[in-house]
Amino acid sequence: MSSGNFNNTNASVRPWFERLDRIDRRWIFLLMFLAVAGPILWIGVTGKTLPEAPTLAARAVFEEIDHLPARTLVLISFDYDPASAGELQPMATSLVRQCAAKNLRMVFIALWPLGNQVAQQTIQDVIRDDYPALKEGDDFVNMGYQAGNEAVMKLLLTDFAKAFPKDSRGEATSNIPMLKDVKMVSDFPLLISISAGYPGSKEWVQYVISAYNEKMNFVTGCTGVSAPQLYPYFPQQIAGLLGAIKGAAEYESMVNASLAVDGVATPPKYLQAQRRMGPQLVAHLLMVGLIIVGNMIFFARKRRGAA
Amino acid sequence: MTRQSKTWLVLGAVFVALLVARGMIGQGLGRVYVKRTDVTVKLPEAAVNNAAGAPSALASGSTNASTTTAATQAMETPAAASTASSSATTISWQEWKQVTPLEFNAAQKANPAQTEITLSWPRTIGLWLAAFFTLAIFSFLYADNPFYKIAESLVVGVSAAYWGVIGFWDTLVPKMFGALTPGLVKSLVQPSLVAPEKLQQISMIFALILGVMMLWRLLPRGGWISAWPLAFIVGVTAGLKIVSHVESDLMAQAAATMKPLFVSVTDASGATNMWDSWWASVANVLLVAGVICCLAYFFFSVEHKGVVGGAARVGIWYLMITFGASFGFTVMGRIALLAARVEFLFDDWLWLIDPNHFRGL
Repeated sequence: MSSGNFNNTNASVRPWFERLDRIDRRWIFLLMFLAVAGPILWIGVTGKTLPEAPTLAARAVFEEIDHLPARTLVLISFDYDPASAGELQPMATSLVRQCAAKNLRMVFIALWPLGNQVAQQTIQDVIRDDYPALKEGDDFVNMGYQAGNEAVMKLLLTDFAKAFPKDSRGEATSNIPMLKDVKMVSDFPLLISISAGYPGSKEWVQYVISAYNEKMNFVTGCTGVSAPQLYPYFPQQIAGLLGAIKGAAEYESMVNASLAVDGVATPPKYLQAQRRMGPQLVAHLLMVGLIIVGNMIFFARKRRGAA
Repeated sequence: MTRQSKTWLVLGAVFVALLVARGMIGQGLGRVYVKRTDVTVKLPEAAVNNAAGAPSALASGSTNASTTTAATQAMETPAAASTASSSATTISWQEWKQVTPLEFNAAQKANPAQTEITLSWPRTIGLWLAAFFTLAIFSFLYADNPFYKIAESLVVGVSAAYWGVIGFWDTLVPKMFGALTPGLVKSLVQPSLVAPEKLQQISMIFALILGVMMLWRLLPRGGWISAWPLAFIVGVTAGLKIVSHVESDLMAQAAATMKPLFVSVTDASGATNMWDSWWASVANVLLVAGVICCLAYFFFSVEHKGVVGGAARVGIWYLMITFGASFGFTVMGRIALLAARVEFLFDDWLWLIDPNHFRGL
């Protein structure tokens, strides 16, 4: 921390606020590490998670999917890579789980190069492991990554097959049974984007939803950094919004509650977001404490300066 | 030896001692197990015919067409072994799928001589490398050091190479070469390429010309030629962005701000819910007032005095609250990422916790 105006003060007679002001920042890093590591160990050992009270934006995501009739086509765009998986993978897992449980037909796309791999991993973890009856090509299909950012979105407005001429297996779009009636993006009543930045949710609103706001709904899950930019679009242009890990935990708890079976525990892989709320709580308390201490130092120095 | 070097030495020694101790307690440390699966796929007749009729580049030498197809497919399959074998119409290979230590222990208990589920050295080394690089990046919080430099350089190098490969195989090959010479690309590198329409092929000639013009800046003379494709890019991007921004950010957002200041919320029986009506009205008043006050703050044609000055000051408060909310979200995001890495270290690497019940701790 900064040395301020007290460089010449004797260490033994320094006031409390000066001593705090001179703390090596690495102690703060260590405190933050302990604040995160402690709850992870505790939750990892006990298996307990914090209760979640879903907010309006998270409830809207759940209800948008819940209200869709079975076999409805849903377009799911994986607009992130493993660097953001810590925040976004829990919501991706729960979104795919709810769609699979509702028997919706899922079409996966990726506008980020590594989005294809995370989509593939999610398909493996959720669909292949827990919904093996769903058949690729009939119930779900991964169209893979397509380069071009907004250009792909613009192309989707007019011709889906031109934007994604084949799926990730190399099968031509025209040969995929579940896509035989899909001409353009508006043929999907619901679009879901799991987004870590550009291109992502904002661009989907600007290039697709603004054109087809009446025909299709849009829900999204995003990182904490991009959430404040997306809240203004809710609820007119974005029907439901999962902001960061908190939104993911709220949504995850709703999906788990809706699919709960008496006497059967929720599989641990569907509790990722709720597990990560423990470290969030303690780390945020530490942040608040540090901000309060910082302000106390500021006002104490100001007072001393005035005296 | 400097004080910092001594600190590093002590920290390193403590860490290695803890690691060794952890390795000797309980089930030990991070290991990855894999299960072998034999996969046999019957080729459709068309695929066999296509492979047999493939250009000589593919079917040259003593390797027959179906063997080549098998080898190609084996390479494309994740974790496929190199033991692909083939017959005329079927191909087979071995896949190694990651399994949990719990499954390995169960298999060992059932049959100690089993070889179906084994320790995967490459994946275990990968796991330890991931843990090492995570710690190397974290070490920067203490001070800049060679481990951090190695990890940082590796990230930069791998990212640059990865983007280069992605740019070549996902953009240049399918979109440019695939449009200009679809037959060649289809037969040589991407058999699943969907040939573009004639118009798209012609348009790619212009794209190629623009690309060459862009690269002209690398030549000693005529660098100005690259200004033309740049102008094209700026023009197209501006055109696309202006329309979308006006539609989604100006018009739609302005419409969303035009809200009634008094809202009457009725419940299922048709009666007015005073509490909900009060809060809905307050929310709308705050929204409209916030927009007006923030606009007043950024309106510099009038001096910020009197009513305008008061509104501008309120606008500053709104902006500060917005920045605070953004900061809070950013903190939440960063902590989530840190939690994910710490979880990886404790769970996958150190086996201290078992939230997914992979080891039956």
